Amino acid sequence: MTDDNMIQIRIHGRGGQGVVTAAELIAIAAFKDGKQAQAFPSFGVERTGAPVESYVRIDERPIITREQIYRPDILIIQDASLLDSVDLAKGADKKTIVIVNTAKAGGLKINLPQANIHAIDAAKIALEIIGKNIVNTVILGAFAKTTDLVSLASLKSAIQEKFSGNQGLIDKNIRAIERAYDI
Amino acid sequence: MNNNYKQQILEGSRAIALTIKNIRPAVISAYPITPQTHIVEDLAKFKADGQADYEYVRAESEFAAASIVAGASATGVRTYSATSSQGLLLMAEVIYNIAGMRLPVVMTCANRAVSAPINIWNDQQDVMAVRDAGWILLFAENHQEAVNQHIMAFELAERLKLPVMVNVDGYVITHTYEPVIIPTAEQIKKYLPDYQPAAGQFLDTQYPITLGALATPAHYLEIRQELHDDLTASLKTIEQEYTNFNKIINLPTPLSKGGAGGLDNGLIEYSGPKKPDTILIALGSVIGTIKEAVSPLIKGAGRIGILKIKCFRPFPASAILSIIKSAKNIAVIDKAISLGHIGPLAADIKAVAQGKTNANISSFIAGLGGRDITGEMIKKIIKLAGKKNNGAVFIGR
Repeated sequence: MTDDNMIQIRIHGRGGQGVVTAAELIAIAAFKDGKQAQAFPSFGVERTGAPVESYVRIDERPIITREQIYRPDILIIQDASLLDSVDLAKGADKKTIVIVNTAKAGGLKINLPQANIHAIDAAKIALEIIGKNIVNTVILGAFAKTTDLVSLASLKSAIQEKFSGNQGLIDKNIRAIERAYDI
Repeated sequence: MNNNYKQQILEGSRAIALTIKNIRPAVISAYPITPQTHIVEDLAKFKADGQADYEYVRAESEFAAASIVAGASATGVRTYSATSSQGLLLMAEVIYNIAGMRLPVVMTCANRAVSAPINIWNDQQDVMAVRDAGWILLFAENHQEAVNQHIMAFELAERLKLPVMVNVDGYVITHTYEPVIIPTAEQIKKYLPDYQPAAGQFLDTQYPITLGALATPAHYLEIRQELHDDLTASLKTIEQEYTNFNKIINLPTPLSKGGAGGLDNGLIEYSGPKKPDTILIALGSVIGTIKEAVSPLIKGAGRIGILKIKCFRPFPASAILSIIKSAKNIAVIDKAISLGHIGPLAADIKAVAQGKTNANISSFIAGLGGRDITGEMIKKIIKLAGKKNNGAVFIGR
């Protein structure tokens, strides 16, 4: 339902993990890189811990469709424990790139080519640098590195814009993104 | 093209809030309700941060919020509110009074399903509950259209002394980030001057008047007819203001050419061939999904036209008829249902078509309570549009 050049990204996580913010940051960064972008959430029940999805589209031309993302080019999984209960890979194919936050890279219950699955221990980096187990921005460092869809500079600029007014938070998140990018 | 405008990527709610700030109302009152909340939170924050000089009145309910803007508007100042769903239903009594007293209030409705069952997600059932109240009802497809319609809404309201509601799909517009241009306060002022009602048009001890007085059977009918006549006559003003807006606030927005039969006049937007086999008609953001779904089909699937209704009340009957009269099949997609009948927009389209076209008109109900309307559903609707459909056809998947 989309043109060939449009990139579709689906992010899975739990309420409170910044799933929606992650999508917004990618869209802001892509826009700063001169592309057209769209980000929107799919809220389930409004409570912490419930599965949440968010979506990003990136394209050269204006994006007009409003449908959710059923055939993702990129899957970002903020919480690998969701794999036990939700079919996260739904609609993904052998070309879909998966970026997943997990401490143990092996044995993930995801039926996609192993070569496309990029595991990152984002929780470890988040605890070390941000001081909280909030992994959304950390994963974006890995996302930028793996996919090259947004530049690191634009991602940092997006963080500054989104968290404007809280310099401490900006600094920590940028350091966390850089660490994930440099792995 | 105009280089004085800069595109930014914003959440829809932020885009609307920034536009309202630049429109500079004197009084804002609202009560937070999902999915409208971000709009009024932003407006409250602009005020708290000293970026705006409107009075922001926190209300104890939507009924109070509507009453506060009604009262403020009656004193002759520019006013704004926003709500959704149950909030709009709670406002209903005041909504009718605002129109009846000819108060130029502008309000955003972030469209959401109504209870029961409770549901916080998008459809357009809420606005249908106040469809007949005498407001101008505009619907936006995307952020830019929402921004533009809000600016035009104040000009229309204050010029015509009619309230205007701008409808934006909850979440789909309010919680989505996409590129948009927000005209500055200076740019807006060139199109929309400060509100200066004439003496005798508002509550003023120098020129005492009564608003909302008792009207006996000897007068009530004529007063209601006058409201109806003025609302109907506003179709022409809306068209003129659309041209005027685009001339003065000349945004470098890439407009779709709209195909051979393309038309865009502030009331409706049509894209497609001059003689389509099937026309799809809808309100609001789903038009984007329809355009995306139809574009790859154009070559193989017959001639398909897309008609977006931007102004739902007053109903632009003749503009719509000029487009639909040549179609064989008409598929109306409503995100609401007149329970016990068909979709509200479909019923209106059937009334307009009465005696003027033999087209096969079907009422499709989709997207209720936040159900995603997919491109696949649009293709299914196009197929079904060629059949005889009785009553409302619900499209769930």
